Amino acid sequence: MNDSVTLSSTGDTTVTQTAFRKALLDPQQRVPEGLTNPDGKQADKRFSVYRNNVAHGLSEAMLTGFPVLAKLVGDDFFREMAKVYLRIHPPASPLMMHYGAALPGFLESFPGTLHLKYLPDVARLELALRRAYHAADATPIDPTALTQLDQAALMRARLKMSPACEVLSTKWPAKAIWDFNMKDGPQPTGGAEDILISRVGFDPMAERLPNGGAAFVRSLIKGRSFGTALGLATADTPDFDLTATLSVLIATHAITGIDKPD
Amino acid sequence: MLDIAHDNKLPNGAGVGYKSQHFNALLDDPGTVCWLEIHAENYMGDGGRPLAQLRHLAERFPISAHGVGLSIGGETRLDPEHLARLKTLIDWLNPAMFSEHLAWSTHDGAFLNDLLPLPYTSDTLTRITTHINEVQDHLGRKMLLENPSSYLAFAESTWSEPDFLREVARRTGCGLLLDVNNVFVSATNLEFDPRAYIDAYPLDLVEEFHLAGHDEDADELGRKLLIDSHGKPVDEPVWALFDHIIARAGARPALVEWDNDVPEWDVLEAEAARATRHMKPAPAAVVSA
Amino acid sequence: MSNNMKTVAVLGAVSAAVAASALPAFADGDQEKCFGVSLAGQNDCAAGPGTTCAGTSTVDYQGNAWKLVPAGSCETMEITDAADGMNRMGSLEALERDLPAS
Repeated sequence: MNDSVTLSSTGDTTVTQTAFRKALLDPQQRVPEGLTNPDGKQADKRFSVYRNNVAHGLSEAMLTGFPVLAKLVGDDFFREMAKVYLRIHPPASPLMMHYGAALPGFLESFPGTLHLKYLPDVARLELALRRAYHAADATPIDPTALTQLDQAALMRARLKMSPACEVLSTKWPAKAIWDFNMKDGPQPTGGAEDILISRVGFDPMAERLPNGGAAFVRSLIKGRSFGTALGLATADTPDFDLTATLSVLIATHAITGIDKPD
Repeated sequence: MLDIAHDNKLPNGAGVGYKSQHFNALLDDPGTVCWLEIHAENYMGDGGRPLAQLRHLAERFPISAHGVGLSIGGETRLDPEHLARLKTLIDWLNPAMFSEHLAWSTHDGAFLNDLLPLPYTSDTLTRITTHINEVQDHLGRKMLLENPSSYLAFAESTWSEPDFLREVARRTGCGLLLDVNNVFVSATNLEFDPRAYIDAYPLDLVEEFHLAGHDEDADELGRKLLIDSHGKPVDEPVWALFDHIIARAGARPALVEWDNDVPEWDVLEAEAARATRHMKPAPAAVVSA
Repeated sequence: MSNNMKTVAVLGAVSAAVAASALPAFADGDQEKCFGVSLAGQNDCAAGPGTTCAGTSTVDYQGNAWKLVPAGSCETMEITDAADGMNRMGSLEALERDLPAS
């Protein structure tokens, strides 16, 4: 209470939020003058309650947001790394559900993990799963509707894709690494992956796409017609497996409508 | 807007801060819990399980939406994007109540994920008043303002906290959310008498109470330093302060918050049941009966 | 329309995919049942962090106390640099094309 505050005899005791914030995130900074203990003397340890709240709160948020990365490097290491990250990339909005979006780029140049080159791709996958978790709801189509179109109508049709649906192309086997850590999957092998992220009910899903599948699905997401998407996929991948790709889309509830232009 | 069956008013009973892991247990047996509080920011996604759960809960319980991200005490203007997101949620959910904090959390484009303190001066009074008017105009409804937990003081402060809150409410028409644990934590940390605070505080403007547990630490001189950790049961002196308040103000909607080391549902429900008991033989209710 | 895939083959491929698929696991009403629990338990970790209005007594603010090395499941994985996808299309350049814009 102001009754118990001894006003400093000299000097400006105004504490700007710029000064407060600067000292908050940088433990080397002095506590701003004008913040006091109950005896009116300059606060020190009491200021570090706020420093703890911010650093601990944000590093725990990162740990919650990247369970596979935390498992890969260990919780202790991950927390220390998060404390470096949060000072460079504090949240840009109060929507904590998406916090950590800059982690893939951060990991590309973070000295402590440079030898683990697959970490940025794993971070991309974890972020994509989070986006899918919070994406808008949509009801999948009954897939038999696809077989009720004649060939011309099918080629012209635009498949509406779930808002949760996206394609992630990774240099490293991110999905295999995810499975190894979260589903007791086999040793991750192989290299680049094209991964479809979607959502079944309220549960995000990640599934590998066959060669050419990424080009096909990305075209559909952009609103291109089935025929255009198929043309793009087969141009790059002559043996494009349409059946396998559609099977993934159907199983992950990625298709939510069929627009049939006249 | 959601279609609900109840009368959409927070009852003068116990509520809890909703945690998704309690969804099934809470619906199976809410005990004495008769309303829920949610953090508005956790339901600003586009869809998925959080909003589906909330839709389901809102059909059964009155909901209080508690914001943690508006940064009402911020030096800069309120984030119009965040205000718009909040309006979208409030228009859809139509909660029984909306509340926010006498604190700041965003500065220079960074959200710091903590409720940071501000000095109580004529400048900050003007700023808070402007921000609350803006929020209430934007949402088209009255909001409640919550007293913070303080760990330090500002030499520049010229208002006491109760007087500051009373003046903000007078200028804006907002109501108050009295966090009983925060009063006790601040009183211990800044060495003032919590009962004197309550006696100076405008209890007639209170439309909701908060109760929570705190941790005990010490500063560099060994003086007691309480941390508002929301990670354990409500401390006995806080229950005693709650009784002191109930004796003066009567029962109001009272929330138990438990945000760290969240226990099983029955532990949280038992804490809410205790809050219910403390309000049951409320002298104010006896007098009016 | 690609020359690589004749129309008749396309319709056959679509039919094969549809025939092989189970009916959608969730009708609208079924979704009600899984409000509270995720079907594939581990996937709910995709929820990400939430907000807080509580503090902590954990002393945890000193940055740059950098002594640790990664010590987790990365030690049990046998991924080598050969797994970086360089071989998939013959060149990394070809691969960069379909990396997300992030």
